[in-house]
Amino acid sequence: MSKTDTSETGRAAEEAAGARLSTAPQEETDAAIGGPALGVIGWIRWFWRQLTSMRVALILLFMLSLGAVPGSLIPQNSADELKVQTFKAAHETLTPLYEKLQFFDVYSSVWFSAIYILLFVSLIGCIVPRSWQFVGQLRSRPPGAPRRLDRLPAYTTWRTGAEPEQVREAALTVLKGRRFRAHTVGNAVAAEKGYLREAGNLIFHVALIVILVAFAVGQLFKSEGGKLIVEGDGFSNTLTQYDDFKSGSLFGTDDLEPFSFKLDSFTGTYEKNGPQRGTPRTFEAAVTWSQGGPDKKAVIRVNQPLEVGGSKVYLIAHGYAPVVTVKDGRGKTVFHGAVPLLPIDNNITSTGAIKVMDGYRDKNGKKEQLGFQAFFVPTFAGAGKGTMFSQFPALDFPVMALTGFHGDLRVNSGLPQNVYQLDKSKMTQFKDGSGNKLAQRMLPGETMTLPGGAGSITFEKDVKEWASFQISQQPGNGLALAGAIAAIAGLSGSLFIQRRRVWVRAVRGEDGVTVVEMAGLGRSESARLPEELGDLAVVLTADAPPAPEPAEEPAEDPAPSGEADK
Amino acid sequence: MILAATATNESLAQLSDLLIYSSMAVYTLAFFAHIAEWVFGSRSKVGRTAAALTSAPKAAPAAGVTVKVKQAGGTAVLDKPKVVTRSAAGTRDVPDGPGAAGGTVKGDLYGRIAISLTVLAFAIEAAGVVSRALSVQRAPWGNMYEFSTTFSTVAVGAYLGFLVAKKNVRWIGLPLVTTVLLDLGMAVTWLKTPSDQLVPALDSYWLWIHVSTAIFCGAVFYIGAVATLLYLFRDSYENKLATGGNPGSFARSVMERLPSAASLDKFSYRVNAAVFPLWTFTIIAGAIWAGDAWGRYWGWDAKEVWSFITWVGYAAYLHARATAGWKGRKAAYIALIAFACFLFNYYGVNIFVSSKHSYAGV
Ligand code: HEM
Repeated sequence: MSKTDTSETGRAAEEAAGARLSTAPQEETDAAIGGPALGVIGWIRWFWRQLTSMRVALILLFMLSLGAVPGSLIPQNSADELKVQTFKAAHETLTPLYEKLQFFDVYSSVWFSAIYILLFVSLIGCIVPRSWQFVGQLRSRPPGAPRRLDRLPAYTTWRTGAEPEQVREAALTVLKGRRFRAHTVGNAVAAEKGYLREAGNLIFHVALIVILVAFAVGQLFKSEGGKLIVEGDGFSNTLTQYDDFKSGSLFGTDDLEPFSFKLDSFTGTYEKNGPQRGTPRTFEAAVTWSQGGPDKKAVIRVNQPLEVGGSKVYLIAHGYAPVVTVKDGRGKTVFHGAVPLLPIDNNITSTGAIKVMDGYRDKNGKKEQLGFQAFFVPTFAGAGKGTMFSQFPALDFPVMALTGFHGDLRVNSGLPQNVYQLDKSKMTQFKDGSGNKLAQRMLPGETMTLPGGAGSITFEKDVKEWASFQISQQPGNGLALAGAIAAIAGLSGSLFIQRRRVWVRAVRGEDGVTVVEMAGLGRSESARLPEELGDLAVVLTADAPPAPEPAEEPAEDPAPSGEADK
Repeated sequence: MILAATATNESLAQLSDLLIYSSMAVYTLAFFAHIAEWVFGSRSKVGRTAAALTSAPKAAPAAGVTVKVKQAGGTAVLDKPKVVTRSAAGTRDVPDGPGAAGGTVKGDLYGRIAISLTVLAFAIEAAGVVSRALSVQRAPWGNMYEFSTTFSTVAVGAYLGFLVAKKNVRWIGLPLVTTVLLDLGMAVTWLKTPSDQLVPALDSYWLWIHVSTAIFCGAVFYIGAVATLLYLFRDSYENKLATGGNPGSFARSVMERLPSAASLDKFSYRVNAAVFPLWTFTIIAGAIWAGDAWGRYWGWDAKEVWSFITWVGYAAYLHARATAGWKGRKAAYIALIAFACFLFNYYGVNIFVSSKHSYAGV
């Protein structure tokens, strides 16, 4: 739309009156966008001004959200390394490209970090001058009335018999009574309210920095480890006890909270009927823990970690650990214990390995090692009924299938070994009398005899459960929470409070009657501003009762014609 | 406590299904009544917009709207001060359209029927959601079927709330009822999950806090998005008129009845800005819950990522509104993108992306 001279002046008046109604950075002038003609310092200044402008902040916000996308669609090392491996195996051409782009570690990648670091530098570069400006505004007083009040977004005027000084006095009282900061400048009262908007906005932006710092501290100092515990066993919080352990780069092992706990029992219940049969209903781990002092009991549930000092113990997974006894050819027990098996489906069909490393001698008295592959189902479908897969997650009809091997388990080869798998490269499978591979499906209490007097393995009646726990320590949580609360509070202030100015001018008209003019200006257009101005005007009419209008409007009265609302 | 899982009350669950289907039937009637409102209504004051845009003398100051000021006390007052408002310099001054009924009696009648039917359908749907909750004895937000039914109930509730507050929102009726039907249709065909208990990970009081605010935010963001979309149409229409173009008669008929672009823009801004702090809270509540359930409050899980993207999107929208050269249409596009992210987070992430938050139940 082409702007006319009048609206241009109107705009100028508004701009003057609205000056410093916010601390938003100044809009760039064309010259600034064109780049500086000065040397290096000029360029640095120019770059800094660009970086801290609203426009660049907006672009960086865009890039941040865009940059977050790939990490949600491509498997991430931080979330699930196994899935990343599977993905890499399935996409041979994409993988090198993705690796180069750090798409498997998006949120710690160089480019993602660059975006948010730039954003936060820009944020700081913006907050600091804005805060100074705001302090300055708090210490100064609202600017005087613009020459033409009728150009402002909300305007009202009337004539009154009261004296101008009296009207101004009354206006000052009314405005101050409504918690405006008000003072008289020349022939008008200038008032302003809603400074909390700016304060809220600054608090919000500072809170974002606090959250980021808290997040960074958490990442650097955190530790997180997993531990699988069979019912009856315990754990004490030292590095060597963990199955796996990850920590931030500034974490020291001394930082581990000293405590220990024992898994007394694990209870899992499942939906028995209906279409959601098998869906878990309760997972509860009853533990006894202590921090050096007396033992305490606690129950850990999925949403209820155990908190000990700065550490939290979370219940992550569970499964079964059948108890087996292995005897050698002379009937000597060489292994007795619960063997945790890993679930492979939702009905807890489980697999694993039983390894007899020491103490076993074959029938000739020669030292050897034994290994068994175990396949376990808590609820068997029934003999002759399809596959060896579990029908239900609870221990309703447990069956275990075993095959045995003898030889060298290669546990001493120096390579880390998966406890749930057998390295069969130096092992020989037991064969039954007719030369077939030995394999047996067993019920609790049953025993499989190894051929040729090699001994036996018994599936004991006792099937234990195991639970795995994650023990995490992440400092900075409290700080992050404080930042988050401050962010919401600041944001609410920033969005719900309207910062506005009101001017009341009272002058003696040409005919000697006082003319009162009131106008309001907000940073953004608001329906409440005219309403508030109306309220104020009504209150003020108590002290400045309207006088009858003269027959003819004063020539300078620019009140727009009222045709538009008809 | 949840050992009583089998206590799922079958008959209440069936009642809930029946209520949801009934509400769909009533929404369908409301849909047709809205169509009738649009068909029988007319853009009564022909070319108000065009008149306001083209015939206004150039030198005239921006046309004002006179607001009557409430009068304090009843004493003999000669005259009330009138507050004259004017739009900011550079914006168009166009009156709002008369609404779908366009001031015609017949159109208005159908419009009222449509709203009455919407109220009825809302009541039935709300009863459906509540009976579902009673049948499972928990918050009815355990899977996508339940999210979807609650979501549309809340969206319609918000719309009716605006109506009760005497806001000018009747124009949203038709698009709203249409999408509610789509939402419910998808819910009963693809997302249907039998009434049941929650998996242990969802069993927390944070479910009440986090999911209820998420659903509320979604419903209100949705209303904001509809207003934003209509703003874009109406704005092009006004632009066309202002530059002397001649829109088709259908566009003319529909657009003339909508509120002015400025009003739609303001409405969508208020709605989006008002829920943004609540959306911030929703994400923070989710983070606290994740801290309890999974041992970390932020792990860049797909759901978390898309909530974050949505949040940044709306923050960008708010910024755009305060940035020179980004106000108006550009800001509106950002708001629509942000809402698209919200939708993707709901449908896309729940169904297609594997995430710790996979409890879509489909
Ligand atoms: C370089 C960085 C940034 C700068 C220069 C900046 C500047 C500003 C300014 C001046 C305002 C006030 C606008 C007004 O008074 O209407 C504002 C508002 C806001 N900012 Fe930022 N900001 C930055 C970064 C961020 C970031 C990272 C976020 C969050 C993602 C954010 C979220 C907001 C929100 C939600 C508002 C409220 C908008 C409103 O008042 O309508 N800002 N920002």
